[in-house]
Amino acid sequence: MKTALSNTLVARGLIILLMIVTLLPFIAMFSAALAPQGTYPNGLQWPADPQWGNFVRAFEVSKMDQLLLSSTLIVLGVVPISVLIATMAGYGLAKLTTNKYKWLYLAFVFGLTLPFEAVITPLYYEVRALGLLNTRFAIILPLIGLYMPFGVYWMRAHFLNVPHDLTEAAQLDGATRWKEFWLVQVPLARPAIMSLTILLFLWTWNQFLLPVVLVQDPMQRTMAGALGAFQGQWGTDIPLLCAGALLILAPTIVLFLMFQRQFVAALMQGAVKG
Amino acid sequence: MTAWLFIAPAAIAYAAFVLVPLAMSFYYSFLRWDGIGEARFHGLTNYLTVLTDPKLLQIIGNAFQLVGYFTIIPVLLGLAVASVIRGHMAGPFGTATRTILFLPQVIPLVAAGIAWSWMFASTGVVNQGLRAIGMSDWARGWLGDFVWALPAVGIIGAWVLLGLCTMLLVTGITKIDPSLYEAARLDGARPWHEFRYITLPGLRQEIAVCVTLTVISALASFDIVYISTLGGPGITTTVPGLEIYRLAFAHRQVGLASALAIVLMVLVLISIAPIQWFAREKK
Repeated sequence: MKTALSNTLVARGLIILLMIVTLLPFIAMFSAALAPQGTYPNGLQWPADPQWGNFVRAFEVSKMDQLLLSSTLIVLGVVPISVLIATMAGYGLAKLTTNKYKWLYLAFVFGLTLPFEAVITPLYYEVRALGLLNTRFAIILPLIGLYMPFGVYWMRAHFLNVPHDLTEAAQLDGATRWKEFWLVQVPLARPAIMSLTILLFLWTWNQFLLPVVLVQDPMQRTMAGALGAFQGQWGTDIPLLCAGALLILAPTIVLFLMFQRQFVAALMQGAVKG
Repeated sequence: MTAWLFIAPAAIAYAAFVLVPLAMSFYYSFLRWDGIGEARFHGLTNYLTVLTDPKLLQIIGNAFQLVGYFTIIPVLLGLAVASVIRGHMAGPFGTATRTILFLPQVIPLVAAGIAWSWMFASTGVVNQGLRAIGMSDWARGWLGDFVWALPAVGIIGAWVLLGLCTMLLVTGITKIDPSLYEAARLDGARPWHEFRYITLPGLRQEIAVCVTLTVISALASFDIVYISTLGGPGITTTVPGLEIYRLAFAHRQVGLASALAIVLMVLVLISIAPIQWFAREKK
């Protein structure tokens, strides 16, 4: 009994240590963000005269409102479409095809481990040929394609677990099949769709490589891409940089805290399946 | 026929923005091309360069060194925590733990890079801590140091992945039948034996997941390096992802960049394959 208790204490201690290590960089940024502008803050300390105005200035120079709009537009362009076509393909692969089409599924899965860097150079020329360089579509269109391996893999795994008699109840023609998909399958798949939506939202919001390569103007980028530009411009002004970084983080963190349970579930399942 | 209608939109998007570019990468990798002028067929020269040039080999080596930090630290620490807790983390403490440990997974890597650039700065928190425990000699600008920049970048990656790995392993261990531990205890097993013969085999699947994820994020790293060091000092922290970007868009060596891209893709695949095999064995 005694060992069990000390075990619990050791475990709690370890976890609390992990939490401190995890939070420390955020606290450090926060303390630096309150230091007087243009100075070089010294380590972790509560400033004598906290400069809350740094956040206001960072909001103005980063044009936060426009950044939020741009990121939101990109997310709206990427996520609903990706989720829809991935769900359709997952259903098609799981329920409507025989083993003969296994290769098609494997072709999608092949993309799961593909580093984005492996295709970024040709993507640049492709997007340029489409005349979309420096527009939000330069990020939106490639991301939809790049998310297909995971999205299709994820939704197919869900549909494989749906009992077969649901679909076999009626050998349907195309139009009825389409109806059945919307009225029966999609509502049943809601948890899987929800998780996929959360993951794609996070990955899009945080996407950095594509905006850096394909879009020059920070106002047309994702949050992460804009943060990169912000660092390039204000990298030497640590208080302003930290204030800006925290502001840019804030929306995701607020969303995360609101939907903590769903986010954690999605990230864990996403890791296991991906 | 209906099946095709369901699959086609995803297949078209995937083909247009993944398969076609990948084929183009492969094609470019045999060219000598500056991205503007005329391209010339270059045979296997680009691949030979990737596999023999000492600079490029060092860059590929850097990525594998990062695997050491990105993978080993989170998995070992995660295993340590999981095997001491070995139970559900219920209640408010569990929720708080999950929320906090997942924060690094939610924020962009760019933000992690900025936060840690400040942590590692010469007046940053890391040095402050070192001075506080009387190790002032060790204080330095970590990310600008030829020896310590790469480990420092590795620590950033470890920090990002630590919470996810820990939570995966903690959740995994609750699925192991507790009676196994009781039986072992009755047989007088030492804690180490419990760990070696029950915990480790029971977590096989979860460990494989953690290793796969972390290895990919180390080999394909870009964001953290771009923000915290831009590959410097020298090329001590340059990774293939960053070098592809540089070669293609700054040095205009599209062929060489593409050859490196293909090599990176293949390296990821051959690093992942044995882990998947290991996870599947004995099931």
